[in-house]
Amino acid sequence: MALIEYRDALNQAFAEEIERDPNVVLIGEEVAQYDGAYKVTRGLWKRFGDKRVVDTPISEAAFIGMGVGAAMLGLRPVIELMFWSFSTVAYDQIVNNAGQIRYMSGGLINCPIVIRGPANGGTNVGATHSHTPENWLAAIPGLKVVCPATAYDAKGLMKSSIRDNDPVMFMENTLLYGERGEVPEEEYLIPLGLADVKREGSDVSLIAHGRSALLALKAAEILEAEHKINAEVVDLRSIRPLDQDAVLNSVRKTHRAVLVDECKAFCGVSSQISTILMENVFDELDAPVKRVGSLDAPAIYSPAVEPLQLPTPQRIVAKVLEIC
Amino acid sequence: MTAAASTPVDYAKAPVNARLTSEEKISLLHEMVRIRRFEQTALKFYSQGKMGGFLHLYIGQESIAVGTVSLLGDDDHVITAYRDHGHALASGMGMNECMAELYGKATGCSRGKGGSMHFFAPDKNYWGGHGIVGGQTPLGLGLAYGIKYKGLKGASLCFLGDGAVNQGCFYECLNMASLFDLPAIYIIENNKYSMGTSQDRSSVVDKCLAQRGEAFGIEWEQADGEDVYEVRATTQKALDRAHNESRPTVIEFDTYRYYGHSVADAKHKGGYRKAEEIEKYKNEHDPIRIFKNRLVAEKVLNEEQYEAIDAKLKAEANESAQFADESAPPTVESIFEDVYYEVDHKTEAGKTGRFFFSD
Repeated sequence: MALIEYRDALNQAFAEEIERDPNVVLIGEEVAQYDGAYKVTRGLWKRFGDKRVVDTPISEAAFIGMGVGAAMLGLRPVIELMFWSFSTVAYDQIVNNAGQIRYMSGGLINCPIVIRGPANGGTNVGATHSHTPENWLAAIPGLKVVCPATAYDAKGLMKSSIRDNDPVMFMENTLLYGERGEVPEEEYLIPLGLADVKREGSDVSLIAHGRSALLALKAAEILEAEHKINAEVVDLRSIRPLDQDAVLNSVRKTHRAVLVDECKAFCGVSSQISTILMENVFDELDAPVKRVGSLDAPAIYSPAVEPLQLPTPQRIVAKVLEIC
Repeated sequence: MTAAASTPVDYAKAPVNARLTSEEKISLLHEMVRIRRFEQTALKFYSQGKMGGFLHLYIGQESIAVGTVSLLGDDDHVITAYRDHGHALASGMGMNECMAELYGKATGCSRGKGGSMHFFAPDKNYWGGHGIVGGQTPLGLGLAYGIKYKGLKGASLCFLGDGAVNQGCFYECLNMASLFDLPAIYIIENNKYSMGTSQDRSSVVDKCLAQRGEAFGIEWEQADGEDVYEVRATTQKALDRAHNESRPTVIEFDTYRYYGHSVADAKHKGGYRKAEEIEKYKNEHDPIRIFKNRLVAEKVLNEEQYEAIDAKLKAEANESAQFADESAPPTVESIFEDVYYEVDHKTEAGKTGRFFFSD
C-alpha cells in the first residue's frame, strides 16, 4: 500500500469520481487554478478542465445554493468551503435548502451534494476560523456529517459521500492534510455510519472522531506504557448516521467510557453519545461517563495557549485516570 | 435596458402574442381565473380553520405567473418564494394536490410536509415554493448552472418579491449569473410592499429595482405586470437571451396584491396602505378583468363563455376543497419518511448506522 498524505487521498477520491461520473463537479474558492487553498485539489483543474473544476467568487451563500439547485437537477456537486467556519454565511442554503428540500417536497426532490473543507482549531487563526460545526449540523435531520481521521478513511468516505443521494457535510482538518497514511492502490469505499475500532482494548473505551481519534490513540499508548491501562479507541468516522452499535459494543466490553472530541462539550457530539450510553448500557457501566472536549470558550489565538484549549493526549489520560 | 414605457405599446402585436390562437388566448385567461378561484376557495376554508400556518395569496398578480410560464419549454425551469400557489398552478399542478397540501393531508403535493409555502412538482419543472425571503435565488442560479452544465437550451426563471431584492445573496447570484454566463432570469414581482413596509421605506431606487442588474452587466427591463401580453412579450426577450446567448436577465413587473402579506396581515387595509389604493388596483388594474375585456374586444370570447369558464373553475376549486377535506392526514410514522433518500429506498447506505435520535 502506498503511504500518501490525507490531502492526496481526498484528491484521489475526487479524480476517481470525476472520471466515473460525468455529473460530479468540484466547485469552490481557489479549487481550480490556485490548486486549492490547502492543495487538496491540486492538479485536478489541469487534468479535468474548466467544466469539472470550477473557481468561484467569495460568495459562499450563492455557490452553495447554486450547488443545491444543480443537485436538484441531477448534478453531484462537491463544494469546498475554504474553512467550515465560513459556512455561517451560507447557513440558510445548507440548513434550509440542502437539509430540508427533500422533506418539504415530500420526497420528490433529492439533493446529492457534498459540502467539504477543514473544520478544526489549533492553527492560531482565531475564533472565527476555528469552529468545529459537526455538532451544529448533525443536529439537522436531512443532513449527514462525516469526520475522517486518516488518509484511508478520508478517501473511502469521500467516495461514498459523492455517491450518496443525500447532502453530506464532510469535515476535514488542516492539521491532518499533511499526515501520511496507507491507502490501497485498488478501489475501496467506506460506508457512512460505520465506526472503526482503531485500537482494541479491554479497560476503557475512548470514543472519538476526527483528529481526536488520533489523540485518543496517543493517549492509549501512554495509558498502556505508564499506567498499564488497556484502552480501546472507537473512531465514529461519521456522526450522522451514527454507528451506535459499535459504541455500545465497546462499552459493554470495557465498562468505562471517555468521550473525546474537539467540539465544546456543551451540546456537543459527546452529549448525544453520553445519552446513548445512559439509555442503553447504564447497568454495564462501572464508572461515570467522562468527556474531553475543547475548553468551553471561543478559540483563543495565542499560539502558546491554543493547543491547551483543544483535547490533548495528556488531558485524555488524566480523564481516564479519574475512572480507572 | 429600459424602465416601463411611457407611451402605450400594444403588446398584442408582439410576435409571441400575435401568433397565439384563440384557444391559447382563452387558455391564458383560464389559467389566471384558475389561480384566483383556487385561492379564493383556499381563503374561505382557511378562515374556517381548515388549514394552519400562513396563506400568502397571489390574487392580483396572476398575469405574471401565467404569462411567463406559458412561454416555457421542456428545458425551462421555475422556482419561486413563498407566495407560490400561482406559479405552481401555472406550471400545471392540479388543484387537488395543492389544496390538500394546504389542508396538511397525505394527498398533498408534498404529502402534507410542506404547506402553503412549499409546493413542488419537479416533473413539471417546478421547483417550489421556498419560505426564506431571497433564499431561493441561489437555487435558481443552480438550476441555470445545471441547464448549462448539461448542454441544454433552457432557462431558469427565478421569481422573487420586491422585498427580497435587499437580501445579500441575491447580489452574489447576480454576480455569478453574469460571471458564469448562466441562463438565469430573475423576475421581481414588485407588489410595492415587503410585508408592511413600502418600497419607499425599504429600497433605494433610481429608475427601478431591476436596474440593480446593471451593476453586474446584466440586461434588465421593467414592465407592467397587469397585461399578460406585456408579460409574455417582455419575458420572451429574456428567454431568447438565455436560450441563444446563455446570458441572464433581471425583469421587474409592477403588480399589486389585493390581500395582505399573508391572511394574518390585518394591517394591510387602512393600515400601511389605504383602502382606496386597494380599490383603485382592483377596479382599474385587475389583470383578469383587463385580459377578459381584451379578449371580448378581440371577439375571441364573449361574456357567457367567460361566465362558463369561471363557473367551471369555481366548481373545480370547491371540489378540490372537498377532496382535501376528505383526505387522510399523514401518519405519525411518515414524519420519518422523506428525510433521507437512502433510508427511504432501503439501500445499503440507508441501513448502515443510526439516522434518527428521537429517544
